[in-house]
Amino acid sequence: MVTLTINGKTVSVPQGTMLLKAVQEAGIDLPTLCYHDALSPYGACRLCMVTITAPHHAIVASCVYPVEEGLAVETDTEPAIRARRLALEFLMSRCPTSDVIRKMAENEGITSSRFGVPSPEQMDELCVLCGLCVRVCRDVIGAAAISFIGRGTDRKVGTPFELQSDSCIGCGACAEICPTGAIRIEDQGNKRILHTWNTTVKLSACPECGRFFTPKPTLFLKDIFPEVEDYWDLCPACKQHKTTRQWLNAGSKEGL
Amino acid sequence: MSILYPQRPRIIVGMATCGLAAGADEVFDALREEADRLGFDLTLLATGCIGYCQQEPLVDVRMPDLGRVLYAKMTPERARNLITALSTGKLPAEHALASIPEEDSNTRKRPEHLSAVPLISELPFYTQQHKIVLRNSGLIDPFSIEEYIARDGYQALSRTLLHLSSQDVIDEITQSGLRGRGGGGFPTGKKWGVCSNETGEPKYIICNADEGDPGAYMDRTVLESDPYSVIEGMTIGGYAIGANSGYVYVRNEYPLAIERINRAIARAEECGLLGEEIFGSGFNFSIKVVRGAGAFVCGEETALIASIEGGLGEPRPRPPYPAKNGLWGKPTIINNVKTLASVSAIVSKGARWYSNIGTKGNTGTVVFSLVGKVANTGLVEVPLGLTLKEMIEGIGNGGLAGRRVKAVQTGGPSGGCLPARLFDLPINYEALTQAGSIMGSGGMVVMDEDTCMVDVARYFLNFTMAESCGKCTPCREGTRYMYEILTRIVEGQATPEDVVLLEELAIWVKETSLCGLGQTAPNPVLTTLRYFHDEYDAHIMEKRCPAGVCRALIQLTIDPELCNGCGLCMRECPVGAISGEKKKPHFIDPKMCTQCRTCHDVCPEGAVKIVR
Amino acid sequence: MPIIAQPVHPPAGALLAKLHAINSERGYLPEEDLRVAADELALPLSLLYSAATFYSAFSFKPRGLHTVQVCMGTACYIRGGDRLLEKLETKLGVKHGETSEDGVFTIDTVHCLGSCSMSPVIRVDEDTYGRFKINRIPRVLNKYRQNEPGEKGPGEQET
Repeated sequence: MVTLTINGKTVSVPQGTMLLKAVQEAGIDLPTLCYHDALSPYGACRLCMVTITAPHHAIVASCVYPVEEGLAVETDTEPAIRARRLALEFLMSRCPTSDVIRKMAENEGITSSRFGVPSPEQMDELCVLCGLCVRVCRDVIGAAAISFIGRGTDRKVGTPFELQSDSCIGCGACAEICPTGAIRIEDQGNKRILHTWNTTVKLSACPECGRFFTPKPTLFLKDIFPEVEDYWDLCPACKQHKTTRQWLNAGSKEGL
Repeated sequence: MSILYPQRPRIIVGMATCGLAAGADEVFDALREEADRLGFDLTLLATGCIGYCQQEPLVDVRMPDLGRVLYAKMTPERARNLITALSTGKLPAEHALASIPEEDSNTRKRPEHLSAVPLISELPFYTQQHKIVLRNSGLIDPFSIEEYIARDGYQALSRTLLHLSSQDVIDEITQSGLRGRGGGGFPTGKKWGVCSNETGEPKYIICNADEGDPGAYMDRTVLESDPYSVIEGMTIGGYAIGANSGYVYVRNEYPLAIERINRAIARAEECGLLGEEIFGSGFNFSIKVVRGAGAFVCGEETALIASIEGGLGEPRPRPPYPAKNGLWGKPTIINNVKTLASVSAIVSKGARWYSNIGTKGNTGTVVFSLVGKVANTGLVEVPLGLTLKEMIEGIGNGGLAGRRVKAVQTGGPSGGCLPARLFDLPINYEALTQAGSIMGSGGMVVMDEDTCMVDVARYFLNFTMAESCGKCTPCREGTRYMYEILTRIVEGQATPEDVVLLEELAIWVKETSLCGLGQTAPNPVLTTLRYFHDEYDAHIMEKRCPAGVCRALIQLTIDPELCNGCGLCMRECPVGAISGEKKKPHFIDPKMCTQCRTCHDVCPEGAVKIVR
Repeated sequence: MPIIAQPVHPPAGALLAKLHAINSERGYLPEEDLRVAADELALPLSLLYSAATFYSAFSFKPRGLHTVQVCMGTACYIRGGDRLLEKLETKLGVKHGETSEDGVFTIDTVHCLGSCSMSPVIRVDEDTYGRFKINRIPRVLNKYRQNEPGEKGPGEQET
């Protein structure tokens, strides 16, 4: 275990823990956008900056800094506050209609942005370029259907050539992990339309009720996860009916 | 020695990219043709960079028993005349820049008939120089491994593999005091030590030749002029840390450097100096070249690693440092070209020799590209501790055409602009950093009273904004917005609040960016605000550009009293805004004029006036 | 561990080398070639596309017969690199990053060709020109126009 001090409070965490977790352990809530427990830390949004005051002085992103014995950390120094405020102020300017960003900014005392608003076409922008969707698709799912495109201020996320993806399995992990709800997925009849990725994936139908409920491309997971191989047999609603019927049948046999 | 000092006349022509850009290939062809025509038997070689780029094309002539002379600013015509003179046994003084006394021949002294020609060591450009990294540049045939060996090449590697342990090598480098010449200045021996202690395998050593700083071309020169020094240095480094493979990452914009290092590697392999069982020692080492693709950020070590691995040049958080967790997660050392070229010299001549050059804590030499508004431009290698004044006014011989030198920019886009009043500062890592700049890779751009410092800051922010990878918020958004503010300033549209915001953003970007690109991008802004605040004030309060550069704030007019109607400005004007008849005063149409100042610069009569 | 099995990593520098190979042969990166390359390297297409859009060396649009690169490095900039660019853009009628109407020239800016003592510098294809004066532009452009196989370029007016 490693012992360190955060805003004067002592915490102990296992070796190898990132500073951000230790800060949370101390009961302090730092804003984050690009951090997620399921993925290795990325250090892109720069919202979680803290100041290390001992044994050396440094301003670091806490999500990528491993704890050290005897570290003294402050989360509300001028640089750390400035880091949160300016980053959020810029993101507010980038995504003026995002409630998530607006709330995070308000928490830091920012109610408006000095950095202008984007053009009318970009007013609906919700993507903050945190990279979570790219990383979950590449590192957890393994489909690598989307990636970063371009660089600098032109950076964005999309499929190759921003056309229909041949690798997307329609799992929706990207939409699930997105902190700002920027990814729009809609099920329409026998199709799952991932609007944000210009991609459509076929859904497979429940043999019982005929409703479409799961993307066809995920069928290959049957071989990898034998424990859930009955997932594709029935849609969740029918499965629930079947299970309830089974219980009722079992109950009636008992002579209830 | 007989390879280097044959009894045949020997002519070397500087033909690295600089020389070629000045027309050296035409000079080379003229020398060849004329020599063939006259039946004059000589050795004619293309070499790398001779260093005094201002004087390119340069031709180094050695006539046995007569002497050795460096001729400057050669043209095909002058080349033909030279051959004619040489074929009759004469070593002419015309166009001679300097005579070069030799180490091992009967031409040690200056030939009598050339008494008016200075010795090369007497030229202001060369007096303070001490060539270690550039020890062979411009003197040998870059492809000849024999010439490299004749000049003490591969002594270091043979000593290493046959007599030293890897720890011995690390100790030697540590004691020499060598610090990373890519700009970071981290002690090389210490870095090697950390990597050597790691147990992960396989380990890698990478040569960072992604020299992206605009204004710097030292790494290119070494690769084009003395590639074996880098190959030898890398092999020694590989041995020290326990790596059997190395990569040279060369930026895409250096096709000649890529070609030459590839050829040198192939030649070294042929000679058994790369590959298996080098010197029969049991140590195997191989090198591959990776070609960059146009991204300045790839000069940052973690981005470079990402690029080699096969993707974007996106930097990664440090820690973990590459010495522990680098290419494919294995312990990796990344060294700059000049660092590796120094290594081969140090292991050959010893740590004590190296540490006696320069100053304590800042030992050895650094190579600078001295360029910009200075009389003598070229590549210069000096001991650390030399002052900026000695560099700019001594070696550089001061400003151009009597203009006052105002500032010097060191460290490329990551560095800062230092004013003339600080020119007594010694050139070392700490002094430059304390003053707000950095040593960087060695770019040294001189600026004079006709340079607008606000425009310079804007130029650099434009660069870093375009090169930002976009991963982290402060660099991506901050450099863009700083650039927008600077644009408003140079257009005379800014307020004092803009400057306050500019400084706040600069501090934020510097403190919180993920990698060195973002962390240093604000340096040009911060140093110009610190040292040239008066220029910012003039732009904002008075809508005036003191240097007469910022287009929105100047007007160009032709004084009819001074104009002689030569029409030169009319022909040079990029947008055709000037009209006039021959021998009559010309006129600039203010509606078409883009205020580029070309006319002002070319007018032989000084008739074009900049109205601020 | 990703759910979908990942291939072993390609040799160092292999992805970049492949993109360079396509770029050299075709002059740009056609979509089909990129797809084939992804299969050959056994890498996700998104990775190649990502790299292709990240680096300035690559383009998805065909380029002109000849590429003119104007150096905008520090030394070249303060010695008038921006004016050279302006003159070229005026002469060819397109901005940097674009190709002239007749498909002969593409103009690019590049930050530092590493010939800073020769500033200002331009490069046409593999040839580097130092100490470049604006009035040399028409002559140099004509020289490359005339190398068009069997064709004469449109007549150029010297200003």
